[in-house]
Amino acid sequence: MSEFFTEAVLIATIASGIRFAVPLLLAGLGEAYGQRSGVLNLGVDGVMLLGAFGGYYTVLKVGNVWIGLLAGLGVGLILGLISAFITVTLKADQGISGIGVFLFGLGMSDLLFQRLVGTPRFIDTFPRIEIPLLGDIPWIGEMLFRQNLVVYLAFLAIPVSMVVINRTTFGMKIRAVGENPEAADSLGVSVAKVRYATMLIGGTLAGVAGAALAIDLGIFQQNITNAQGFIAIALVYFGAWRPLGVMLGALLYGFVNSLVIQWKTLGIITDSWSDFAAMAPAIITILALVVVATRFRAPSALTKPFERGE
Amino acid sequence: MADTPMMEMRAITKRFPGVLANDNVDFDVRAGEVHTLLGENGAGKSTLMKILYGLYQADEGEVLLDGEPVVIDSPTTAISHNIGMIHQHFMLVETLTVAENVALGLPSSKGAFTDLDVVSDHIVELGGKYGLDLDPSAVVWQLAVGQKQRVEILKALYREAHLLILDEPTAVLTPQEVDQLFGTLRQLTADGRGLIFISHKLHEVLALSDRITVLRQGRVTGHATPDGATRSSLAEMMVGREVKLAPDKPDVTVAEPALVVSGLEVYGDRGLVAVDDFSLEVRAGEILGIAGVSGNGQRELAEAIAGLRAVTKGSIEIAGTDVTNNRPIEVRDVGLAYVPEGRMKDGCIASFTVSENVLLVDHRESRFLNRGLFDFGAIREHSQGLVDEYSVKTPTLETPVRSLSGGNIQKLILARELEGTPTVLLASQPTRGVDIGAAEYIHERLVTQREEGTAILVISEDLDEVFGLSDRIAVMYEGQVMGIVDPATATREQVGLMMAGVRPELSP
Ligand SMILES: Nc1ncnc2c1ncn2[C@@H]1O[C@H](COP(=O)(O)OP(=O)(O)OP(=O)(O)O)[C@@H](O)[C@H]1O
Ligand SMILES: [Mg+2]
Repeated sequence: MSEFFTEAVLIATIASGIRFAVPLLLAGLGEAYGQRSGVLNLGVDGVMLLGAFGGYYTVLKVGNVWIGLLAGLGVGLILGLISAFITVTLKADQGISGIGVFLFGLGMSDLLFQRLVGTPRFIDTFPRIEIPLLGDIPWIGEMLFRQNLVVYLAFLAIPVSMVVINRTTFGMKIRAVGENPEAADSLGVSVAKVRYATMLIGGTLAGVAGAALAIDLGIFQQNITNAQGFIAIALVYFGAWRPLGVMLGALLYGFVNSLVIQWKTLGIITDSWSDFAAMAPAIITILALVVVATRFRAPSALTKPFERGE
Repeated sequence: MADTPMMEMRAITKRFPGVLANDNVDFDVRAGEVHTLLGENGAGKSTLMKILYGLYQADEGEVLLDGEPVVIDSPTTAISHNIGMIHQHFMLVETLTVAENVALGLPSSKGAFTDLDVVSDHIVELGGKYGLDLDPSAVVWQLAVGQKQRVEILKALYREAHLLILDEPTAVLTPQEVDQLFGTLRQLTADGRGLIFISHKLHEVLALSDRITVLRQGRVTGHATPDGATRSSLAEMMVGREVKLAPDKPDVTVAEPALVVSGLEVYGDRGLVAVDDFSLEVRAGEILGIAGVSGNGQRELAEAIAGLRAVTKGSIEIAGTDVTNNRPIEVRDVGLAYVPEGRMKDGCIASFTVSENVLLVDHRESRFLNRGLFDFGAIREHSQGLVDEYSVKTPTLETPVRSLSGGNIQKLILARELEGTPTVLLASQPTRGVDIGAAEYIHERLVTQREEGTAILVISEDLDEVFGLSDRIAVMYEGQVMGIVDPATATREQVGLMMAGVRPELSP
């Protein structure tokens, strides 16, 4: 146990916990936009997987991590559009269509990987960027300010989303459409447009989350997300549909994961114990969900397709 | 009058699958007047207004504004033509503030960012002018019903509505709130706006309207003005035959109290006290009406009596037996019949057939069982008997209840509940959303049941109903009895004040 409490290990644990939080944070934030507008998208994990493959494959071919990230974004945008078409235009059941998108992403990403890549090869990862001055602060600097650009951008997305949701007319429409689409419609707000917009934001962020995950690890493999897309959905409930809440949940998850990995590496816990420890985040989430469920209310129109005039 | 109407609908026809909702309807509004649209449930009033507001498209006919034909294909177009609509059911986003609800969908003076401060100032200004006091930063779910109504009107005024459609705006208001609303509406017409008013409440229609148009089954069946019409003449035009607005009630000598509620305390869904130290007696052979604005504990009281909600203090006795916190089936066995306010939710199972719904109460009785299994012959015979006796209009006994009209579902529930002369009948909102014809029938049935010696407790928001039916009226406010009055001597104003929480001894 003692070797864990060395400065270096503690700092590394926290720093990697923050990195681990990034895909969850991005995907969870995107899902929060959708849910605030009344759309439950269960396909996040599938979008992340395809975004991960798109990002990985692009970096493999082009050799540039940023173009890889953009590829993930593009994949997410397209899948967001497809999901929106299914749930908003076709008014399909959101639970089933989301599972469809997930299964599609799971199968398709593996198929493409087998066909186009076959044997896994490592790719470049994101370069670290040390922020001048801040990066020199002892402890804090190393934990927070020597991360890669995606980490900074992901955390920047939190305050941006808070402003968008709470202070803009677009955000007001999102909240209105998620709560009472009939009321919004009667004031000339296009429910479909708003939901398309949030689904596109959600898809894009999930695609970026997947690409960021693969490029950060420098590798792709089957089911690389390991259900992080589903955890992201749980985090939206955990975070009571608020960006800050989603961020807290993602960080909690990231830290616990990073801790488990450190302990395993240091031999503090055996493999079988680490399997139990790996469940800790899930258990914490369930407990937190119980608390949230009793205190906060989901958007009233969540999962309900909108059709004018009953 | 020579001047062109501000709005004219000509020969509007609208079909829904299997229903002709509007049939060749002409309707117009002049600036500065209130033109009332009157008609039974399903007459097509809301449909006509939704066409005017761009929510539905007419199959035939045209709309003219200031004499010019226009196409109104969406609410946005309607709003741009200065048409505003207050919908039958509130169209408010409960989790947003008053200002946000008003600003929703409008361009902001700050571009992409909201300009709620500007909106709030304008709300206060408009509110001051038209007697619509509101705190713009209040979150809507915290507002009282009357205040929500004001938000709806402000939404329309903020969008500079010159023609305002009010689809049953008074359905949920207390008499005082109605007076206040009418004050605002009169001010609006004085400013030259045109109003379309929809209501079932005939005395309101007579008080507010300049002109009245009556719709029946999608067609215009008559025109009237308040000075040439009476409540009965309007009712007759709506229904197409003479209607008794209040049932004839023969004298009945009341006997022992059959339902005794004492010191009752019940909690509501939000964990707050909903029924608070509530005491009441209903005697065999009397109808006691509970008046009150909904949300003052009536639902919780009914559920507690029916055994559906836990009682935390006090007791309930039926025919001398303590049934406090008994299971629903035990309460029924003692002699309670229950017509719940949620007809579709609690009163029946919408996807079940007519016979199955009849059986919901009787399924334990041996006459419907044959060696432990249902005896469908006996069940059918019994259901047919009830359907005939209560003239429930249904294609077959196997029709799912969902496809019956509200009035017929209510008759079926009543038939099921009144079987075998219950000791106590608890009927919540027995005629809400039911048309005048069916309501008349239900009222007559309740009166008959009273003659047979059942103690009847009627909970209703409809003051006409409470006054017409009751032998005594108890007014409920914030979970308590504000007072008990005699309908023969009390006035609507007195009861209205009590519904608003003013104790009778405090009022002059
Ligand atoms: N969207 C719809 N689809 C199918 N039928 C409809 C629809 N809207 C209304 N109807 C039918 O059209 C008829 C007229 O309904 P409408 O709502 O206009 O009546 P109303 O006069 O407003 O009644 P109420 O007093 O109950 O509000 C009814 O038979 C109703 O069932
Ligand atoms: Mg209507």
